[in-house]
Amino acid sequence: MIAPAVTSILIEPRTPEDSGFDLWRNFARNLLLSGTLPDLVDFHDAHDAPSPSLGLLPPNPPAPQIRPHSSKLPHVPKSFLDDAFFAAHHRSPHRWNLLYRLLWKLQRDKNLLHIEVDPWVSEFRSLSRQVRHDLHKMHAFVRFRKVQDRKGEHFIAWHKPAHRILALATPFFAERFAVMRWTILTPDNSVSWNPATRSATFGPGADRSQAPAEDELEHLWQTYYSSIFNPARLNPSVMRSHMPVKYWSTLPEIDLLPSLITRANSRVASMVFTQQATPSAQPFVPTNATLTMLQQALSACQGCSLFHYATQAVTGRGPSTAALMLVGEQPGDKEDLAGEPFVGPAGELLRRACRELDIAPDALYMTNAVKHFKFVQRGKLRIHKNPAQSEVNACRPWLEAEIQALKPKVILCMGATSAKALLGGTFALMRDHGHPVSTRYCDETIATVHPSAILRTGDKAKAQDLYGMMKADLAMAWSRSRRPHVMDVKSESRLSRSSP
Amino acid sequence: MNTQQKLEILADAAKYDASCASSGATRAGNGKGVGHTDGTGICHSYTPDGRCVSLLKILLTNFCTYDCVFCVNRASSDIRRARFTVEEVVSLTLDFYKRNYIEGLFLSSGIIQSPDYTMEQLIQVARSLRLTHHFGGYIHVKAIPGCSGSLIETAGLYADRLSANIELPTQQDLVQLAPEKRSVVIETTMHQIHSRKTEMDEDRRRIRSTPKFAPAGQSTQMVVGATDTTDHEIIHRAASLYSSYRLRRIYYTGFSPYPQADRRLPLAATPLVREHRLYQADWLLRYYGFQAGEITTPDAPDLDLSVDPKTLWARRHPEAFPIDVNAAPRETLLRVPGLGYRNVDRILAIRRYHRLTLEDLRRLRVSVKSISPWIVTADYLPHPSLPPQQPPLQQLSLNLEADPGTISSTLDGQL
Repeated sequence: MIAPAVTSILIEPRTPEDSGFDLWRNFARNLLLSGTLPDLVDFHDAHDAPSPSLGLLPPNPPAPQIRPHSSKLPHVPKSFLDDAFFAAHHRSPHRWNLLYRLLWKLQRDKNLLHIEVDPWVSEFRSLSRQVRHDLHKMHAFVRFRKVQDRKGEHFIAWHKPAHRILALATPFFAERFAVMRWTILTPDNSVSWNPATRSATFGPGADRSQAPAEDELEHLWQTYYSSIFNPARLNPSVMRSHMPVKYWSTLPEIDLLPSLITRANSRVASMVFTQQATPSAQPFVPTNATLTMLQQALSACQGCSLFHYATQAVTGRGPSTAALMLVGEQPGDKEDLAGEPFVGPAGELLRRACRELDIAPDALYMTNAVKHFKFVQRGKLRIHKNPAQSEVNACRPWLEAEIQALKPKVILCMGATSAKALLGGTFALMRDHGHPVSTRYCDETIATVHPSAILRTGDKAKAQDLYGMMKADLAMAWSRSRRPHVMDVKSESRLSRSSP
Repeated sequence: MNTQQKLEILADAAKYDASCASSGATRAGNGKGVGHTDGTGICHSYTPDGRCVSLLKILLTNFCTYDCVFCVNRASSDIRRARFTVEEVVSLTLDFYKRNYIEGLFLSSGIIQSPDYTMEQLIQVARSLRLTHHFGGYIHVKAIPGCSGSLIETAGLYADRLSANIELPTQQDLVQLAPEKRSVVIETTMHQIHSRKTEMDEDRRRIRSTPKFAPAGQSTQMVVGATDTTDHEIIHRAASLYSSYRLRRIYYTGFSPYPQADRRLPLAATPLVREHRLYQADWLLRYYGFQAGEITTPDAPDLDLSVDPKTLWARRHPEAFPIDVNAAPRETLLRVPGLGYRNVDRILAIRRYHRLTLEDLRRLRVSVKSISPWIVTADYLPHPSLPPQQPPLQQLSLNLEADPGTISSTLDGQL
């Protein structure tokens, strides 16, 4: 018995963007009509098959005439055509044969496509799925580079898709970048978009050297890529599974990967270290201490690095029975040398205000939010420098212990630093000054400007305003601290307890 | 400070926000500017932490008047600060977009001056992109809790997604770690987004020209592991947020250490697997018909890090198994450990024409080893002693350590 001859068919697309699907569809329709069994037909691609001109393959059989009565035409579910269209762009040389075999089986079993576990259906679906996946990745990983030529901006990308999908991908880029002039080059073919005519032109394949070598924006993109990555969550295998290595060659951010990955662990370690090393004076502050004890303990404080540079820690001064506590920012040059708060020019201004208001400065307890002087050396001068927030935080245990020991009726914060230390980060001095606020430290916490801010103001009139403002706030704080005794039994006992 | 330095600071500050989705909204190309969204969302790159880079995710500024302990940008932190101008953000977005690096912009900000002022700044960026540059890409704008309702209404016209972060699972956590934030205020903002969206969607059914309001809905994020709130509380909180504000997603971010953190915070990162288990629980709520009360119990309020929550539920309910994949209804099939909702739908389609066997399940890429104790197929019945008489969990794991040989032989018998 002689085995029937296998018909060889060559799918030979005419244009670079054609997948050959319509050619296959015509052949398949005719073969079905002539009742050709799947085993007796063998499809080839023009680019894979040995050239027919060498005589290795017989020429395609003449196409049988399709009879016009459509009832004889084969029918297939729409979902077959949809997926077959995608599968046609796959690089597998067997796809045409698989499609024909499935088409043949579908004529006998209309429901076959629903049975995804059927080996033929499963292979068919997986071809189409792989093409869709490659298409999705192409939408994601094409990277344009901008060049300027005579006609203006031109965005050019080189991409190497796993399958022959450029024509499938073009509508996406055409819609997204309709107003740009762009070109995508792939090894198989290329496409250029003309924004004026809103049309795409396909051309031959290209190699990488035909695309621009760089883009000015890539270093910004790399900056973004390395900043948005969280080294504490390093997980390169997940990254590789989503962004397979085959696509890496055209992604500018990939150059950074080795250094990002190797440096991640040390970055996390340094984060934890800086957190652990957050400075705090807490270990140096005695618990339940009186003011005298605090003053003695303060000189040993090494809670933050400021103690290295300052002459000495400046303790608070004033009677332990004081009802009004003044909190400044930090000691200045004079205070640092004298070891007493508010003895420099700013202190002088404060004392002047006190005199004018008939307040004895000695009746007040004066201290600072930060106990050591912070400065920058300029020649012989030591120029005051604002303490960093971390230094204010580090020193807060001292201030809290002083408040605890003194239990003042009223606290007057002088300047934004001390106001923020006691009233929270949202406190805005110029908006909220002079309003008594109840805090966990004291029933009446008031803020006003720091006298040195008045001294720094160049404008005389403005300085006068600020001085008036400080004086008014000071007067209010003073009068509230001396209000005839709403002071209840509790406050009385507080005072007596706090006396040394 | 140049754009690159600002980008470095403000992208770094934004990286603790997990959300980077660009799906859920469709917008056709408008022919006047670049950009369209086709609803699927595209990840243009992945960073070594395995996260997708879909949007240009930055803060407008990392100056902040709030002092939330868990946040890297809190007022009392010494980090470097920067602020983008509106124009800088707009041109950066367009330049990245034109090179196909991103799907769009995710803009958030530290609170400067007031919630209203901050929100106005964010809206300016979105408005300039949409109206001046006819940008058709995806825009996700953070809704600043406590800003006025009219600003939310404007923002939703330009943004595809709005999100207000719930930050921490409970109000007590907020009191502890974010003193200026209150869950009532955050939820008011969520409510404003939800009710405005519902209103506009209803209007559009009657008047087709009604503009879309935040077509990709709203999402939120909570940091887990910064306090000792249990998974039980987190899951209940999630369930109530989903039902009250119809959120598209809740993002759970395991707390991770960052420079200059407050000492009240844990030093070590929350294990990634806890975050993973919470997402599994979240999926069970949204796609698998589970109730919050079924996932954890008051006695064991935390998710088991070694077993996924669905398997754990199955082990607690031996009476519900085995399940016949060729007969059980959808909601029952969804309860089978190892069966995802997509495969459940495939099984439902296939079994109308074909009785499924174990081999068929394997072809659907189901792990037969893990699923087989729970199901019946055309050619398979589980061993009668399984799973009801399976030893309690802890014993099993102890045995595994003690003598792997005996356990694996019993397991073989079971399979």
